[in-house]
Amino acid sequence: MPTGYDSATVWLVIALAGVLTFAIRGSFIYLFGRIDDVPPAAESALEYVPAAVFAALVFPALLAPSGDLAVSVGNDKLVAGALAALAAWYTERVLVTILVGMGALWVLRFVV
Amino acid sequence: MPTVSSDLLDGVRAAGPLQLGIAPFGLVAGVAAVEQGLSVAHALGFSSLVFAGASQLAMIELLGADAPLAIVVGTAVVINLRTMMYSASIAPYFRDLTARSKALASYLLTDQAYAVSIARYGRDGETDRFAYYVGAGASLWLVWQVTTVAGALLGSGLPPEWGFDFAAPLVFLALLVPTLKDRASGASCLVGGLVATGVVVAGVPFHLDIIVAAVVGVLAGLGVESLGGDA
Repeated sequence: MPTGYDSATVWLVIALAGVLTFAIRGSFIYLFGRIDDVPPAAESALEYVPAAVFAALVFPALLAPSGDLAVSVGNDKLVAGALAALAAWYTERVLVTILVGMGALWVLRFVV
Repeated sequence: MPTVSSDLLDGVRAAGPLQLGIAPFGLVAGVAAVEQGLSVAHALGFSSLVFAGASQLAMIELLGADAPLAIVVGTAVVINLRTMMYSASIAPYFRDLTARSKALASYLLTDQAYAVSIARYGRDGETDRFAYYVGAGASLWLVWQVTTVAGALLGSGLPPEWGFDFAAPLVFLALLVPTLKDRASGASCLVGGLVATGVVVAGVPFHLDIIVAAVVGVLAGLGVESLGGDA
């Protein structure tokens, strides 16, 4: 689905996200010395950000690929995603996960 | 006596195996940009100015769905919050650097550069830490730029029925699995993922799924941790 935003708006998003991402990455590298320790509450909260965020990016794409809940073996992305999850679990490799997931999707679409 | 260049090369070598994960991820980010109607220059702009793969992919998808710009940028911030944790963890090693070197170190702070460097710093006090870090970070940077451009150039020629858009969630899946270390992170994953799905299925406007799921998912992790679920 091509974006409705014009090129200049996309550049604005890129610039804003670039500045904010740099600020987040630089936060403690610059502050260290002034703030010697990260507040413990912030540290434990940040610890759970990756699992929550990555899951939020994965689950809807598998469970509701077209916006409606589709929990059945007829949902090829859910089946392919489950196989890719097994590959990710046992190999912890991005490349293997992509190959298993895409391969399974193609087999389900074009062969089965 | 270690020299600057040998530590730099050590960093490049240490990042080598991780390039196998970066390269397909970069290709996917490039393909996704073109599929959502962005140009090759936009793809390179994302890769060079933002240089954070997961947030790039999420922003590209949100732009394709014409989500409000505040949500596009806010989602990127939430996804990249994890690098604040890396920043805090690696900061003591960089405290004596010049402001310019700190800026370069901040710009290059990815999951992979962090993981490779912090492992080495823990083992070996003799390393020129900044050189090693730049070796790892800059080589990852280079592969990321080259593969996103390659993906963007390739992207416009891919047939839609092959479903290459599915590669994006697969990349996130590969990033998700190693974060599941204990019950608390498992709870963050399950709750975050289900809340995001619920928000999407319920048709909540403005594509708030990632932001809401991150907040609720983190709270779930903290809740389980406080119940002693870590043990």
